[in-house]
Order: sequence, then structure tokens, then C-alpha cells
Amino acid sequence: MIPLPPAAPPGVATAESLAADLGCFPTREQYFELVRAFKDDAFEMCVDLCAVDYLEHLDRALPEGVAPSRFEVVVNLLSLSKRQRVRVRVQAGDADPEVASLFSLYPGTEAMEREAFDLLGVLFSGHPDMTRILMPEDWEGHPLRKDYAVGRVPVQFKEAPGPR
Amino acid sequence: MSDPTIRVAERLDVLAAETSEGEQGLQQRSRTSKNELGREVGAVLRQSGLTLDPNDVDFERRDDEIMIINMGPAHPATHGVLRLMLELDGEFVLRSKTVIGYLHTGMEKTGEVLNYVQGGTNVTRMDYLSPIGNELGYSMAVEKLLSIEVPPRAVWIRMLMAELNRMSSHLVWMATNGLDLGASSMMIYGFRERELILAFFEKTAGLRLNLNYVRPGGVAADLPDGWEDDVLVICDTVEERSYEYDELLTGQPIFRGRMVGVAPIAAEEALALGVTGPLLRSTGVPWDLRRAMPYLAYDQVEFDVIVGTYGDNFDRYAIRLNEIRESARIVRQCLERMPSGDYRSQDPKVTPPPRARIDESMEALIHHFKLFTEGFHVPAGEVYSAIESQRGELGCYLVSDGGSKPYRLHVRAPSFVNLQAVPLLMRGGLLSDAITVVSTVDPVLGEVDR
Amino acid sequence: MALEDLQHNFLTGQVEDLVRWARRASVWPATFGLACCAIEMMAAGAADYDLARYGMEVFRNSPRQADLMIVAGRVSQKMAPVLRQVYDQMMEPKWVISMGVCASTGGMFNNYAIVQGVDQIVPVDVYAPGCPPSPETLMHAILTLHEQIRTGEILQRRREGRPTHVEEQNVWTPDVPVTVRLGTPK
Repeated sequence: MIPLPPAAPPGVATAESLAADLGCFPTREQYFELVRAFKDDAFEMCVDLCAVDYLEHLDRALPEGVAPSRFEVVVNLLSLSKRQRVRVRVQAGDADPEVASLFSLYPGTEAMEREAFDLLGVLFSGHPDMTRILMPEDWEGHPLRKDYAVGRVPVQFKEAPGPR
Repeated sequence: MSDPTIRVAERLDVLAAETSEGEQGLQQRSRTSKNELGREVGAVLRQSGLTLDPNDVDFERRDDEIMIINMGPAHPATHGVLRLMLELDGEFVLRSKTVIGYLHTGMEKTGEVLNYVQGGTNVTRMDYLSPIGNELGYSMAVEKLLSIEVPPRAVWIRMLMAELNRMSSHLVWMATNGLDLGASSMMIYGFRERELILAFFEKTAGLRLNLNYVRPGGVAADLPDGWEDDVLVICDTVEERSYEYDELLTGQPIFRGRMVGVAPIAAEEALALGVTGPLLRSTGVPWDLRRAMPYLAYDQVEFDVIVGTYGDNFDRYAIRLNEIRESARIVRQCLERMPSGDYRSQDPKVTPPPRARIDESMEALIHHFKLFTEGFHVPAGEVYSAIESQRGELGCYLVSDGGSKPYRLHVRAPSFVNLQAVPLLMRGGLLSDAITVVSTVDPVLGEVDR
Repeated sequence: MALEDLQHNFLTGQVEDLVRWARRASVWPATFGLACCAIEMMAAGAADYDLARYGMEVFRNSPRQADLMIVAGRVSQKMAPVLRQVYDQMMEPKWVISMGVCASTGGMFNNYAIVQGVDQIVPVDVYAPGCPPSPETLMHAILTLHEQIRTGEILQRRREGRPTHVEEQNVWTPDVPVTVRLGTPK
């Protein structure tokens, strides 16, 4: 496990993370400052930003002191010079999930945050263009949420040959 | 059905309303705030209004001097259903916006419904030009959560198939790039070479495309008898012909005129946008996950990482052409050094028993039944596992709740992130360069939209 | 001048047969490749499985100039109105081949995002199964379409509103499942 960068806000919980050098669990207030501290500490690229809806798995393992919420935003950062990966998991809230947007630090998160909004309904404050990206403009609902059905159409096989 | 007596002008608003995407599209300048203008003109890195240079951003352009046109989603540039909205001043492109989602298949939602054994069939159709890459990312994530080891032969077979897939995907890229630029014979040559590789895939996995071959625990089946000869023929043919394509395209003045110096991107811009793959390597940053954070057996084979200088279209073309040759080099080493042994892990949790034993033993039958109906359970946890696919870093973020199906499957698609560089690359270029930009960024809309 | 002086330099036939021959020998497909099936469609147009021998190598980009729309790939909800617009812009006579299982029935993606069968949006003439169908399967579908054009059965069916499956005795149906039969049967 690598240490937190020097400019990180105090009191951020950390833990071992599978296939990453460090896992951080900031609160919503510490989130932006923590990512900015990583960026200043030679983590040049934000590789992935996604959101998870833990509605059916609220009892997941988290380090002590981290209060679980239904929505979680997961950010994977990469340092090319140091060859390290860091995973930042912030609890985004239950009913109206909202976190700060990382667009001003990493412009490459623009499309990823739009996708998290479109499919899961997590808002990113400070994002320049918070619109849907994958679903049609007039779509209602956020498809990847756990209370949104898959939308399976029942299939009936007529006149299919029987087993041989 | 359309009524032929209605004149087009009367139906224009109806036609436009059917397919317009409202807020997702490029808006008129009068409706766009200054911050957004600064971002859309390609000044992605200068986000705050304080650092905008008014001369650079053409604030003074009025709506009636420019024209917003729509290209796609069904358009001649054969890179899938990508919709480009371009703001043109004559022939020059000012702002542009990519509207995606026309191939959104709900694969991440489907991934939560299929169990881990079936998951490969879903994931393999995301980036349909590199099915092995998708399956590899997914299988490696599952194996990390399961903490199982894959036997050495399986590792080398995976590497062999991954590199053959890299060759076939770059050949498709060269073919479609040639077609976009007008070199239509390149299209035929690229697909001709690809048929050799696809014939080998069909012999090994049963399918030409969307092979469900790499599975958690190893690969689905062993390499067929006589595979060394087939692979040797593929390597020799493709390598020799790559020199022919070099002769055909690299020195050709029209090709050079359309590619050299067109749409350059700087390394800082590429890193800020999260761009990976040949697009990043063309700027001079030698980042290749196979070398920097090796997976499979890439630290035991010799190959070079191809790096460009100027970040223009030509560098990206040259990188992909040379990556074909480097992949052939890796495949030859796999040929010589392929270890013998199991082609998949013998861990009973993930591997069904051999077919012959099912007739003999009741336990084997039950084991086989449980594995193929219910699947295997993966301990709770989350992992992000990344590989270097043809387009960049293909990552799989997998969350498991201890059940037999993934709780959340998110695939970090390289083309999705690389497409953010497109407005930056097109800014200030000609309309015809817009086609070459989309072509050399090499998006595959299957993984962009998932 | 007597008929004997013409020396058999003329070929005669019915107008309908000649029109059908012209229609089936130069069907121009519209580029409507969506997903993985598009790659197999391009491979079918390339050198190994040559579509040019049927006069079909020109994939017209403008739907106004195209006769055949091969819907190759999965049609998402966002793409459906675009598909309908492209189909409406094609000139009669026009045909639709639904290539692959995703276009025929929604395929393996039975969910919120994919239209379960493109025949919910446009009328389909031939369905080609496969995921993706190999170029041989696509050519089989194309030849089936050619045969339907040749006998004129396709236009009769549309006009009279008869059901779309084939039951008549005098219509040729291919009996070889996957490989392509070359040579026009009688």
C-alpha cells in the first residue's frame, strides 16, 4: 500500500484494494481535494470513473468509519511515471446522489460522468454538459439502477421442432 | 409508409424532430454559455473563463456566419453509428460534438443477468473487432476475484490469440482507413489477410468473430493439431504483405498529404483527456500496458513499443502498421515457446469434468450440471483489471456480492474515452480531414456504446 | 425483308422477365452496418467471398440510390427512427434483409435497449440467422432474395398481402442449409 499524497485532506480512510496500490474512501467533502492532491502527486491520468448502485448489497465490506450509502462513485487513477494505480471510492448518497465533478482536474472525465448520470442518475456538480449520452433524450429513468427492470420481452417459440 | 405527395419542405420539421436528440446535440452559439463555447472549440484544457483567449475561441462569430451540419449516424465513414455534429465556417470545422448511444445495447445490465460462465458471450460483443481482448479483460478480473492461477499453457495460448486478434483488428483498421481515404484496394487487401487469421480462429474456437474462447480459468479448448503450420503461414504472409502496404501507402503523395501534419495532438492534452493506445503513443508517450504493467506472459517475450513524434494522423497510421509486425514477432515467439500442459485450470470450482467422466461418475455429472446451470460463485469484492487492447486500455471493473452473477460489470472502453479527443483534433481542420480524424482515432462503436 | 435475313441476331423474352433479371442482377445495397454483422458484411464484399459477382459490390451511401437495405447488427431504441428514415428515403422497389439474430429478433439482447426484431420497424423479406452470420450465410440469404425476385413472387406477395412464408410448389427453396449453391436452379 502506498501512502496518501502529502496534500491530501486529513482523515481519509484507506484500505487494501485488489489490483491497485491504494484504495481510498473519502467523504463527499474530501473527494475533490483528495483527487486534486493525487493529480499534483504525478497521477496524470484518470482512467475510469463509474458509479455503482448498491441497493441489493448494502452490507458490503467497507473500512471502519465509512458510512455506506446506496450510490458509490468509483474513480481509478493512473500514474504513468510511477506505474501505480489508485482507486477512490466515494459514497455519493441515497436518494439524490451528487458529487463534485472532476472535469476541471481531468477533462477526460466529461463523457464518463455523463454516462454515470445517464445510466444511474448520479449528478456531478460543476460539469459543463450534464445531459444524457447513451439513451435517447426523451428516455425516462436510469436503466442501470437496481430497481429498473431489464426490460425482457417474454419469448414464445411456436412450432419449434421437438427434441430429437 | 411515407406519402409521396407530401413535399419535402413541409416534412422537414417532422423529419428533424424524429431524429434530433435535443440537448445532446450541438447547440447554436447564441444558446451556448461562454464556458461551454471554450470547451467545445477544442480548448478543453482551459476550462475557467478567466484563462480563455478571446482571439482563440472566435467569440465574435455570429450564428448566421456559420452552419451546423449533421453527419451520421448512418454515413460513409465506416466506423459504425457515430453521429458527428459539426459547426462549419465554409470548409473549416470550428466546434464539433460527437453524439453517441446509437448502438447502446445495455450490455452492462445484461452482464448482471448472465452468470460468470455466460458472461464471456456478452462481453465479447462489445469491441467486436477484438473479441479476445474483451474476454481477456473480463476473465482476468474474475480470476483475480477468485484468486486462481491459470496454467502456463493457457497463458501462452491466450497471448497467442490476443496477438493474432491484434493483427486482425489492425488489418481491418488499415482496410477501412484506406477506404475512407479513397484507397479502396487497401480494403480488399486488408480483408484478404484477415481471412487467414479468421480461418485459424474458426479452426480453434469454432467461430470467426465473437469467439467465446477465453473463459475464467483458461481457454475453452486446446489448439488444434497442426496449429504451428497455420500460425507460421499467417505470420509469414502478413509480415511480407505489410511491406507491400508500406510501398502502396507510405510514400504515396496523396496519402501523405492527407495524413502528415493533419490533426496533431500534444502529449499533455492526450493525458488530460485520458486517451490511451496508439493515439497516446503517437504523441511520444511510450505507454503500453504490455510493457509497463505486464499481464499474461508479456514480460517474457521481446517486442518493441512503437512511439510517434508529432501526434498527427500519419504517426497513428505508422504505429498501427508497425504494431502488426510486432504482433507477428510475438506470435513467432509463442510458437517456439508454447509450453505443454493443461489448457485450463483444474480447479473444480471453475472447470467442468472431462466429458468422458460424466458417463462414469455421478459426482462428475452433478458437477457438470451445477456448473452449467447455476455457474460458480465468486467471493464478494471488487476489482479493476486492465489490458492493452488495440485501441487503448480496456479495463473491467467487476463488483461481486458472492453470488453466481456479477453485481456490477463496468467495462472501461478505450474508444469511449478516445472519442473525447475528436473535437480537439478536428478544430481548425477541413471537413475532409474530419473523416480522416475519425478514421485514425479508430473508434469501435460497440464498445463506445456498450 | 423476310425474317430469315435477321440471322438470329435477336433475343426475345417477356418484359417482366427482363425487368426481373435486371433487378436481381444489380441489387445495390445501402450501407447500414451497425455492429459485428457489419464486419462480416464487409468481409462478404471483400475478395474471399466476393459480392461483386452478383453485381452488388457498390454499397451506395445515399439511400436514394440503393435497392437493398441489409440491416446488419443490433438496432437500439435511439437508432430506430433513423432506420425508419433511411428506409423511407429508399426508392421502390426496395428490399430488406435482416442480417443476424439481433436484427431478426433482438438476439441475445432481450432488454430495454434493443428493438426486438427490426421487422417491428420495416418490412423484412429475408432473415439471415447467425451471430454473426458467416459471409456464406449472408450470400445464401442474398441468393434467396434473388430467387424471389426472379419468380416475381416477392412483388405479388406484397401487393396481395399474403403471408410471408413460402408454400407454393413452383417456387424454389434452397435445401442446402449453410453452403452456397452456385448456378441458378430451374
